[in-house]
Amino acid sequence: MMGRGLLGIEDLDRSDIEVILETAQHMQEVGRRDVKKVPTLRGRTIVNLFFEASTRTRTSFEIAGKRLSADVVNFTPSSSSLKKSESILDTAKTLDAMDPDAVVIRHGVAGVPKRIADELDAPVINAGDGAHEHPTQALLDLLTVQEEKGRIDGLTVTIIGDIAHSRVARSNIYGFLKMGAEVRVAGPPTLMPANVETLGVKAFGSLREALEGADVVMALRIQHERLSGALVPSVREYAATFGLDRAKLRFAKDDAIVMHPGPVNRGVELAHDLADHRPSVILDQVRNGVALRMAVLYLLAGRRRSRDREG
Amino acid sequence: MPRVLIRGGRVLDPASGRDGPADVLLADGLVAAVDTRIEARDAEVVDASGCWVTPGFVDLHAHLREPGQEYKEDIASGGSAAVAGGFTTVACMANTNPVNDDPSVTDYILDRARQESPARVVPVAAATKGLAGRMMTEMSALVEAGAIAFSDDGHTIMDSGVQRRVLEYSRLVSRPVIVHAEDRTLVGEGVVNEGPVSTRLGLPGNPGVAEAVHVARDLMLAELTGAHVHVAHVSTAAAVQLIRDARARGVHVTAEVTPHHLTLTEDAALGFDTNTKMAPPLRTAADVRALREGLADGTLDAIATDHAPHAVHEKEVEFTAAPPGVLGLETALAVVLELVRAGDLSPMQLVACLTARPAAVLGLRCGRLEPGAPGDVTVLDPERSWVYDPAKGYSKSRNSPWAGAELMGRAVTTLVAGRLVYHVDRGVVMP
Amino acid sequence: MAHETPTQRASGGAASRGADALSSRVLLDDVAIRRALMRIAHEIVERNDDLSSLYLVGVPNGGVPLARQLARNLHEVAGLEAVVGILDTTLYRDDLTAGARPPLRRTEMPSAVDDRVVILVDDVASTGRTIRAAMDALMDFGRPRAVQVVALIDRGHRELPIKIDYVGKNIPTRRGDLVKLRTPESAPEGALEVVLLSDEEGGAAG
Repeated sequence: MMGRGLLGIEDLDRSDIEVILETAQHMQEVGRRDVKKVPTLRGRTIVNLFFEASTRTRTSFEIAGKRLSADVVNFTPSSSSLKKSESILDTAKTLDAMDPDAVVIRHGVAGVPKRIADELDAPVINAGDGAHEHPTQALLDLLTVQEEKGRIDGLTVTIIGDIAHSRVARSNIYGFLKMGAEVRVAGPPTLMPANVETLGVKAFGSLREALEGADVVMALRIQHERLSGALVPSVREYAATFGLDRAKLRFAKDDAIVMHPGPVNRGVELAHDLADHRPSVILDQVRNGVALRMAVLYLLAGRRRSRDREG
Repeated sequence: MPRVLIRGGRVLDPASGRDGPADVLLADGLVAAVDTRIEARDAEVVDASGCWVTPGFVDLHAHLREPGQEYKEDIASGGSAAVAGGFTTVACMANTNPVNDDPSVTDYILDRARQESPARVVPVAAATKGLAGRMMTEMSALVEAGAIAFSDDGHTIMDSGVQRRVLEYSRLVSRPVIVHAEDRTLVGEGVVNEGPVSTRLGLPGNPGVAEAVHVARDLMLAELTGAHVHVAHVSTAAAVQLIRDARARGVHVTAEVTPHHLTLTEDAALGFDTNTKMAPPLRTAADVRALREGLADGTLDAIATDHAPHAVHEKEVEFTAAPPGVLGLETALAVVLELVRAGDLSPMQLVACLTARPAAVLGLRCGRLEPGAPGDVTVLDPERSWVYDPAKGYSKSRNSPWAGAELMGRAVTTLVAGRLVYHVDRGVVMP
Repeated sequence: MAHETPTQRASGGAASRGADALSSRVLLDDVAIRRALMRIAHEIVERNDDLSSLYLVGVPNGGVPLARQLARNLHEVAGLEAVVGILDTTLYRDDLTAGARPPLRRTEMPSAVDDRVVILVDDVASTGRTIRAAMDALMDFGRPRAVQVVALIDRGHRELPIKIDYVGKNIPTRRGDLVKLRTPESAPEGALEVVLLSDEEGGAAG
């Protein structure tokens, strides 16, 4: 059951996801209007608390908030890596005193949005915490698949890449499983988390087997430091074994779609021509991101812990 | 000094095997008599009816943070926390500032303890200078100054050649080398046990094999050198088995396990609470079972708290940045009584793990209730219910996974050197 | 009326009790509704010179089938192929509280509203807030030449200065009553009725 905030897909049930996706569809319509603005969250303040830099996600949330007529404020705490970590409690209490209607948090370490949410009156939306969860990304991915395929139940979804360090992977695994899809993961053994099958997925060492009959193929971004030798010997080897191109894609269904959370490392996770043309739906993902985040803000902003108690 | 008569309790003394109603008389700082009914008209009476009367507990592993980090804890507050938990002797680790790698620091600690601590403090000195894992400390001089054992604790000696020489040299002073057995290159950035929980949390995992690899290494080096290696805070079933096999072969190994590793699993970390971050991390239910069996069959000698105070602002950061470790002195008894309640240990076995067996590891004379032994006694009520609020405890810090928990079992009276130093209703009484 | 405002809910009455405790009375049956809509179609034709500029916009949920029926009527009466749109007002409500957010409904505006005479169609008009929200939404779509309002039922209790141009029927009610447009049980496809739900102690005032 969805609580006051959105910390992860793990906490949602199927009906919560369905409500969010349906609301997002209506927000898509707003995005098709000439005047892409509605007064719904007028006078509300949304704070983007991004400890980890991210122009794409932050901009997406900013546009979403502004389309709902909210006031969006960006709060970037000091990011000096030499400075000792400031108490999360201090940051949370300072923020709470400013009375925001929603706080969107991104942090490089898992668990921080939850700890802040425990201290705040306002609802917290997790925009990505370490390798733990990135719920709005998974929700926009679900929305995109639902649009393309008309349904999610019964589909086969293959997620490829650095599963161990990927919050996008985890959130999508939970999301697609809850909506009735079969989920497979594939990647180099050194980038596969321990006991990954306890999440409910089937793990594959071979990309070809993982792609066999897949309806949706999701390639994850791999960070360069992972390819420098310690975990995977080289970029070339990764691209050869787990990079996706049209030849390998033929093992998937003929009408399979290709997804990627972006930004794409062309020639590594996706071949150049796959990144920019059908069957890739990457730009639809981005477009859906704004509608999805509008839906989440609509459903959560302004719902304060203290007011719920009064109500 | 007045005599003290502890009357009407159930005496559990592992050294003699006595388990039954008896009185204990303390005089001149020592145990004077233990018998079913003692008359001592001039003595102060401690009423122990409904309670167990045991030797004072001996903690092999605690961090008192003085000198250098007194904002977390100091010898006074740590010593008070100890007696409040029934501990009459505490072995304190060397990772202070300055490090206890020099007799002057050992002297300082003992001096502070004499003045400020209601509990006895026995210092563990560093095995290498500055805990840097390269140059051995002057073990002989340190023992002379009062060090009871040697350990680099969390600064595990990674160079096996250095470890071999440390163990070899320790034979000169016949003291144990206490090892925090974890291969740091396998631990990597791990902060929770590597497994389904680390996968769900998206946090880097610390695999159990990191412990097993170093336990194996240290056992074989102990076998080679004939040294006494004491494995600190064992956390995995694999390590328990390695120790069992080594013991059978005649290796001089002893081992301890913490209250938290005996009762909590990795699932406790699912809420990202940094008070569930320890080194080594909480492991699986199967590991917990193996640790309990290890205590029961003697493979593991003792329960030691690894009391590790950290300030609130140090723990209230992201999980990966928080220092590992939790408090233990004031809650240990209630937590480990769970093992008796679950039928994994008999009351006598539990008491042994807290008294005679740890005392034997360090070669101390305490831990027994026989005439002539030090007058250190713990009177405890195993059924007393209480709520643990770290803010109201004696430790300066609050980092405990049991904060706010309802616990059962508590020390009611603690005596050190024949004097009452703690009573649950009156608090700590400095002699 | 497209939605219940919290003020009405808070005052208790029929809205806050289970349906079983309420007495229900049919105010308009399917025949009466059809008759009213046909009469309104005639009125619209009478009042508007330039019929080709008409744009019927139904407010979900109830206003949508009514707008469609009106479009069919206008075709019968004046041979007009009227454009029909659907405009959800939820995002323009003035009463979105800290509680649960109401679900959004469909919006489909096939035509631009600029220079059109927009006829907003709602099932039950009461406080006037839904019409106010619909007008704000409409203004974000463009600049209509004029806006006229159809309500099948006007139950009074106006809180804003909103005028209904074409009314099916005026029904006086108490604040706690509920007036709903719905499909009757075991009725043929497309049949509608308007019911009044009120406390057992009595029906509508007057």
